[in-house]
Amino acid sequence: MAHFRLANGLEGVVIPDHRAPVVTHMIWYRNGSADDPQGKSGIAHFLEHLMFKGTKAHKQGHFSELVAELGGQENAFTSNDYTAYFQRVPKEHLGVLMEYEADRMKNLVLSDEVVAPERVQAALFAHHPYGTPIIGWEHEIEKLDRLDALAYYDRFYTPENAILVVAGDVGLDEVRSLAEDSYGRIPARGEPPRRARPQEPEPRAHRLVTLADDKVEQPSQQRVYLVPSYATAAPGGAEALEVLAHLLGGGPTSRLYKSLVMDRKIAVAAGAYYMGASLDQTRFWVYALPAPGVTLEALDAAVGEVIDEVARHGVAEDELTRAKTRLIADAVYAQDSQAALARWYGAALTTGSQVSDVQQWPARIDASTAQQVQEAARTWLAKPRAVTGFLLPEGEEDEGAANLEAASAHA
Amino acid sequence: MKKAPAAPEGSSYAARVQPVEAAGFQTWLVEDYAVPLVAFDFAFSSGSSQDPDGKEGAVAMLATLFDEGAGSLDSEAFHQALDDKAIEISFSADRDLLHGRLKTLTRHIDAAFGLLRAALVEPRLDPDAIERMRAQMTANLKREAKDPDALVGRAWRETAFPNHPYGRAARGTLDSLPRIERSDLVGLRERMSTRASVAAAAVGAIDAERLARLVEGVFAPLPATSALVSVPDVNLAGMGQRKLIDLDVPQATIRFGLPGLARHDPDYMAAVVVNHVLGGGVFSARLFKEVREKRGLAYSVHSQLVTHAHAGFFSGGTSTKNERAAESLAVIEEEIEKLASEGPSADELDKAKKYLIGSYALRFDTSTKIASHLVHLQSEGFPVDYLDRRNQEIANVTLEDTRRVAKRLFSQKKLLVAVAGRPEGL
Repeated sequence: MAHFRLANGLEGVVIPDHRAPVVTHMIWYRNGSADDPQGKSGIAHFLEHLMFKGTKAHKQGHFSELVAELGGQENAFTSNDYTAYFQRVPKEHLGVLMEYEADRMKNLVLSDEVVAPERVQAALFAHHPYGTPIIGWEHEIEKLDRLDALAYYDRFYTPENAILVVAGDVGLDEVRSLAEDSYGRIPARGEPPRRARPQEPEPRAHRLVTLADDKVEQPSQQRVYLVPSYATAAPGGAEALEVLAHLLGGGPTSRLYKSLVMDRKIAVAAGAYYMGASLDQTRFWVYALPAPGVTLEALDAAVGEVIDEVARHGVAEDELTRAKTRLIADAVYAQDSQAALARWYGAALTTGSQVSDVQQWPARIDASTAQQVQEAARTWLAKPRAVTGFLLPEGEEDEGAANLEAASAHA
Repeated sequence: MKKAPAAPEGSSYAARVQPVEAAGFQTWLVEDYAVPLVAFDFAFSSGSSQDPDGKEGAVAMLATLFDEGAGSLDSEAFHQALDDKAIEISFSADRDLLHGRLKTLTRHIDAAFGLLRAALVEPRLDPDAIERMRAQMTANLKREAKDPDALVGRAWRETAFPNHPYGRAARGTLDSLPRIERSDLVGLRERMSTRASVAAAAVGAIDAERLARLVEGVFAPLPATSALVSVPDVNLAGMGQRKLIDLDVPQATIRFGLPGLARHDPDYMAAVVVNHVLGGGVFSARLFKEVREKRGLAYSVHSQLVTHAHAGFFSGGTSTKNERAAESLAVIEEEIEKLASEGPSADELDKAKKYLIGSYALRFDTSTKIASHLVHLQSEGFPVDYLDRRNQEIANVTLEDTRRVAKRLFSQKKLLVAVAGRPEGL
């Protein structure tokens, strides 16, 4: 694979894969919902939709029609830390994709005519399972207007704030030359915007959120801890959390599954995952679904016991090796999919990592020690750093609170 | 490093496939050493349509149990053996097929096929594993109990295929799951996992000779013949009916459909083109333009052709506000009627063919996708060279073909519709 930078600051990553005559073309912007200005929640996602509304040269729908005509697929997504646009097409069409994508980086039409109907549609999507935080709060979306959109576009949609990732049946020279001819013609604006989000203060108190709803048939427990990300952790710290997540809850051989589902039979499912590719401090999730007749409080206490066991007594060499083997194998399996590799690099580069970090990730995972994993559990999976959530059928929430007090007394 | 057999310049997928004979069937091999892994997919020709009466979900449950303990390894030991080497083995069932998938790094090929052999030849079906899987399937059903998509899908199927296995709940119901016994699962396994009708494909860093030995090792111990319950061919019923599932939600989820074509019907490719024009996954599709773009009625609306082994149908769906459900359905019906009477335009035909031909290559860009697609083709009864014929078949579809087939599919037909929500005016 290869890495380059154009004179205007656009960063490029090329991932060759000559097994199928297909290319995946992605442009990532270093802005996501977490960069939404105060009071303007939803604007990153809003812009994502506006990017499909057309430019002077290519009216609304032309780009999508072009991709469809070529037999390609396209989509876009907004996450907390990045927004990305991508297409997959037969490889000979890479140049024209770059032309269109570069065009809408610079020449998007943002008139009232274009912006206003999209606000109506944005309200429609309040029901879509994207989730409210990225989509914004309804009362704020309703107020977003043309000037907001233009200001956001001018600030964030610039070549120095973007990363081009091209994977597939291509080579560095070809990609670079096509990029020069398209993206390369966009003048740099200056320095990329500094991303300064209000930082979460150190958590000091555990919080419990209970939600009861008549649509809930299957109750569930979740706990999310505030932990360092790949960008904010000390050396080896994020890798230890990655290994810990797999060991605790990455599948049927994990601690949570073994204890809660197999041995004690108080859960029908249990797991954990770590959202390490994040610019700021991030989330470590743990979840479990109770077996019939088991209260969420009892389940939650059991989850806590499994975590405490790791914090107090550490992990065995064989389970450590197993977790590392799996994670390292994932990196090999990812080589099989140009789209998966492209996403891996894009997500890493927009959340404070370098290309070399991605390449050396398997080696750093391999270097994790049992001590580091135990230390990670002790330091970061401490209850005051967490919010616990109980999802219950309607009418059961009051029992929950009372039982939790009783359960905590024994914890 | 080994070099795979070279394919002729700029051409043939089929030339890269080696049919490998072993254990009484062919495994289609694509030998490629670019990434140090092997993906092996296979399917037994029998699926959830084999569920015994009243025990819906049994085949799906059996599929969950193949990797829950085999031979001397109980569930935990089996999973550890997989995890120790990052080997992936999984099983699933659809209506007509029981699928197995294996993925392994090259250094663990032998261990991986050894574990697969154990899972297929000596699955333990331990009582505690059965209870664990039963509980997971039950929890999943409970989560879906008020899910509009699940509810509308079920109502539609029950009406479309009354008195036929295709109308039954493939993942079971809260009533049927508790009735499934170990003896049911043992019986199904004996009847279904056999060498009688297997489709298989392997992609990656392995040669034909080694593959043949490994496939022989896994499958040779299985019986040569199956004792399957025969599933009759069936036509879609319930045309013109509207099934309403009352759900207190702000959106109505709609599913609609009509009888379709069998996979080997000479008109099938023309029907694929027609469906693409109507509701294929592109912004230029008629339904997308009329329902979403013009009227803002829904975020997505789509249609597809479905070909089961014993039935073919056309179906589609959308979700919209309750107050606009009647309007959405009316627009959909109108667009289908319009297409039936006028057929696509020459421009639409041209664009549809370009899309369908251009997008074919995108199915073949990862080892697992290639393996899966090859198994799919084999199980539908196509030879290897179909990989190279398929695009030509699309190219050969004429405007007249599409007009005729649009009439054949849609003219004077009343949709079978199911809606979950509180749709006004329906």
